[in-house]
Amino acid sequence: MTAFWLLAPIMVVAALGVVLSRKAVHSALCLAVVMISLAMMYAMQDAPFLFVVQIIVYTGAIMMLFLFVLMLVGVDKTDSLVETIPGQRLAAAVVGILFGFLVVTVVAQTTVGPVIGLGDANADGNVHGLARLLFNRYVFVFEATSALLITAALGAMVLAHRERLEPKPTQRELALQRMQRYAEHGEHPGNLPTPGVYARHNAVDVPALLPDGSPAESSTSKTLRDRGVVRDGAFSGDVAVTLRKLESDGPERGVIESAPISVTGPRAPKDGAAHPADNRPAEDRPADDRPADDEVTDR
Amino acid sequence: MSDLFGNEPWWVVILKALCVFVVLVVFTLFNIWFERRVVARMQHRVGPNVWGPFGLLQSLADGVKLALKEEIFPKHAHKVVYFVAPVIATIPAFLAWAVIPFGPEVTIPFTDTRTPLQLTDMPVAVLYILAVTSIGVYGIVLGGWASGSTYALLGGVRSSAQMISYEVAMGLSLVAVFIYAGSMSTSEIVAAQAADGWFALPLLPSFIIYMIAMVGETNRAPFDLPEAEGELVGGFHTEYSSLKFALFFLAEYINMVTVSALATTLFLGGWRAPWGISQIDGANEGYWPVLWFLGKTLLFVFLFIWLRGSLPRMRYDQFMKFGWKVLIPVSLAWIVVVCVMRRLITDGDLDPTMILIIAGVVVAALLVVQFIPERRAPEVAETEHDAFAGGFPVPPMPGREPSPSGASSSRTAEKEA
Repeated sequence: MTAFWLLAPIMVVAALGVVLSRKAVHSALCLAVVMISLAMMYAMQDAPFLFVVQIIVYTGAIMMLFLFVLMLVGVDKTDSLVETIPGQRLAAAVVGILFGFLVVTVVAQTTVGPVIGLGDANADGNVHGLARLLFNRYVFVFEATSALLITAALGAMVLAHRERLEPKPTQRELALQRMQRYAEHGEHPGNLPTPGVYARHNAVDVPALLPDGSPAESSTSKTLRDRGVVRDGAFSGDVAVTLRKLESDGPERGVIESAPISVTGPRAPKDGAAHPADNRPAEDRPADDRPADDEVTDR
Repeated sequence: MSDLFGNEPWWVVILKALCVFVVLVVFTLFNIWFERRVVARMQHRVGPNVWGPFGLLQSLADGVKLALKEEIFPKHAHKVVYFVAPVIATIPAFLAWAVIPFGPEVTIPFTDTRTPLQLTDMPVAVLYILAVTSIGVYGIVLGGWASGSTYALLGGVRSSAQMISYEVAMGLSLVAVFIYAGSMSTSEIVAAQAADGWFALPLLPSFIIYMIAMVGETNRAPFDLPEAEGELVGGFHTEYSSLKFALFFLAEYINMVTVSALATTLFLGGWRAPWGISQIDGANEGYWPVLWFLGKTLLFVFLFIWLRGSLPRMRYDQFMKFGWKVLIPVSLAWIVVVCVMRRLITDGDLDPTMILIIAGVVVAALLVVQFIPERRAPEVAETEHDAFAGGFPVPPMPGREPSPSGASSSRTAEKEA
């Protein structure tokens, strides 16, 4: 009984969390807590098989699939609270209260006698007892259920299936196409240069330097270039000038020319590889650059 | 199953739990060193050899350093989930060891208490391990999501898909063992192997499927797609640092040892001494079996390291295809075969030696087939290798000489021009 009173509050709080949390992933997590607690309740009731199956099937497989789908469709969005069906909230509240009333009435009127027959059912072990029921007496129901589930899964696959109209290009064909483009248009067949390799930085917004010191345009992402946040002001043909700009703390530290981040903090970088603006906690940053950052991640 | 499980004095339970914990942590430190040394040997290097004898204390030093590093909370991280995720990954890894049998019943030194060298057991112990490890994956998935970074999210998504797919294959490979042992409790499976011999031999296909699935379950190379450093920086733990990263690290190594120990228990006779040693009196009594058990487990750990040292990472779609279209159908078919064989044997219609003879004949036939020389494909008409076919440089096909005439002639032609 102790275990019940320990688990019950956790389950109730987690169940409330499922309904009340704004983020879908938090709801899913709370549901997982409810499921695991339920499994422990089964274990308490001398049903070890049900205990592990509850965890493997519900927590391990079904909740994991939920999470998988939630992550694929973008979990960062909180659900909008605008009613799509008029009067839905009122209807839900009325039906919910009625249902609660019904449950309370029914549960209050039931009397539960002492449990009998557990010893007989578990005579040669819980697993064997369960197997005997499933594969003898209820074998037809069991098979019918599994057939139903398989049909449902197949149906979903058929509905979601898309025919491929043309054969998928193989790796060989892709390589040939690439070489063909190289031969015809002179398009570089290999990887693009990575950013910052010859420069002092390896951040994605710092272009690599060509041997003559000019920035290699193609080494930065097109998105960053279009947004105008590529930083190339630090590097001049004169190495001494570049060094001075990078290492000085003063205002001439002109690492950033086009980016909105301005560096005024007294922090000196410990090594040349890290940019001080990236090390600062969020609160230190000027307020005007925060919306820009959020925009970046939302896209 | 011994009657002692669940009815032991509290201090024995606490002592055994503590021992399991210590063994796991020390084993993890050892494994990190072991992995680095073995991989180094495979790559003609020496590996860590400075701190302690043979460099054994290297991982201890690394662990302390890791724990003392700066902790970073990314700006976009979901604080609570981000913090809890490594804990969710680590605790189940330890929990799984509650039902792994280390040895037979022994007397605790300096007392008269007898206890089995296993924390506890239950009728569904193997399923319990599956259940607990499936909770551990939540840590990885949630850690990937909560980091608020694309790489980490991709790692988490991959991990969840991988875990669902390979757990099915793993569970199916265990079914044959359950049928043979007639039980799902780890201690009874070990006892069944004392009578019938190691299950790895009669259930070889199950054993192989389990070994493949266990690599997939633990996110180890060549199936380490959730952290594929070439594509995803660090995958799910990209944003983690310090102690939180150390917990993920610990969980991965413990999981590796867990599946190895489970493989030992289910297929290699558990703590029972291997053939040859088991003939010696007392080899399966007292504390000696712990040695055999750890030795066999280490064998699997070595297999993990060997795989990591020799195989490149698989592509994600190939990995999924392999799991769903090869491993699962093969294990389903194998279960049907096992059921039929088992039924025939218990009914007395089929002699086990008959099966062995048939299996021997099949293996011999396969061997003979290997010696039949392959018929050569008709030689393709030898065409001159044109080094600049279609106007761009073309390497010769494998096994063909880069025709000197083609290459040099065009080059000289260029020079002349």
